[in-house]
Amino acid sequence: MTEILKAFTFLLGFQFLGTAAVMGLGVPIPGPVAGLLFLIGWLGMNAPRPKLLKETAQGLIAHLSLLFVPAAVGIVQHLDRLALEGKILLTAVVVSTVLALIVGALTFVVMVRVTGALPKGEELRS
Amino acid sequence: MNPINEVQDIWAYLRTTPLLWLMLTMLAYLVGFWCFEKMKRSPIVSPVAIAASFLGVILLITDTPYPVYFEGAQFVHFLLGPATVSLAIPLVANFPRVRRAAIPMLAALIASSATAIFAAIFIAQAMGASDEAIRSLIPKSVTTPIAMGISEQIGGLPSLTAGLVVLTGILGAIIVTPLMNHLGFRDWRARGFAVGVTSHGIGTARAFQVHEVAGVFAAVAMALNGLVTAFVVALFSQLL
Repeated sequence: MTEILKAFTFLLGFQFLGTAAVMGLGVPIPGPVAGLLFLIGWLGMNAPRPKLLKETAQGLIAHLSLLFVPAAVGIVQHLDRLALEGKILLTAVVVSTVLALIVGALTFVVMVRVTGALPKGEELRS
Repeated sequence: MNPINEVQDIWAYLRTTPLLWLMLTMLAYLVGFWCFEKMKRSPIVSPVAIAASFLGVILLITDTPYPVYFEGAQFVHFLLGPATVSLAIPLVANFPRVRRAAIPMLAALIASSATAIFAAIFIAQAMGASDEAIRSLIPKSVTTPIAMGISEQIGGLPSLTAGLVVLTGILGAIIVTPLMNHLGFRDWRARGFAVGVTSHGIGTARAFQVHEVAGVFAAVAMALNGLVTAFVVALFSQLL
């Protein structure tokens, strides 16, 4: 348990550093994203880390979708707007998302062929 | 005091405490996750969508304002911070994989995020949406805090943008697996990256549920899209 607490505190520390940095520099990105970049740098340098960091991260990531529930409930604040322009907004969101998914995956696959970075092992869906 | 009033008093007290809404948020998600498991982890069952609809109906029935709900839910919401930071761990573990696909990622990032933005503007305009609705729609594929900042800068309604961001995330997370299967995309990297660009964190959460490689590429896509979009908009608004 102590090891998990250490790992969690470590993550909060990087979030804190990220938040402090974006505020200090006036950069328009969220603190946690800056914290993520700092942690990539830290781990990339093979610097020391808490023993259970990997397990703690896996625990947070496994139920990442739970963490979006409070924000998702926020849609109730826009029911008036959705009643008014809901059909248009929904069509725009659905169609543009489907197109962007197809364009994204297609561009990726085409460029994979071009650069020769073909999928190997578990990168390919069986 | 008669018992009915007591029940009302207890309810009047509980409905304003963070405890009730925190507990219901967890419960609603567990119900959503239970449905997901019951349906053999079918990708079209979204625990987030189920939980949010369930909670939304409760808020409407009990006439509870969202800020009161958020008093309790903020404890869950706060964990998004450390969870975002923790994405560094699978990213570093898969670093050679990510680096090898650098060029496909950059190309897909530009093509996909431009498609998401311009297709949405085009459709909304063609269907006669209001100007502020269109402006609010533009940053919908970017993670919430960045999207709200952009919306404000370009004259949209930040709170409407927040709703559209969530909607985009949930829809993308539900659509991606059947769509990619239907079109025959078998490269987990391409599937994950596409959903990360279009559907930010909610898409990334879904990708991690499906396959770790997809999850890693979704996380990279989400971070890159947020960073690049934020900087592009900041640059433009400085020039204007």
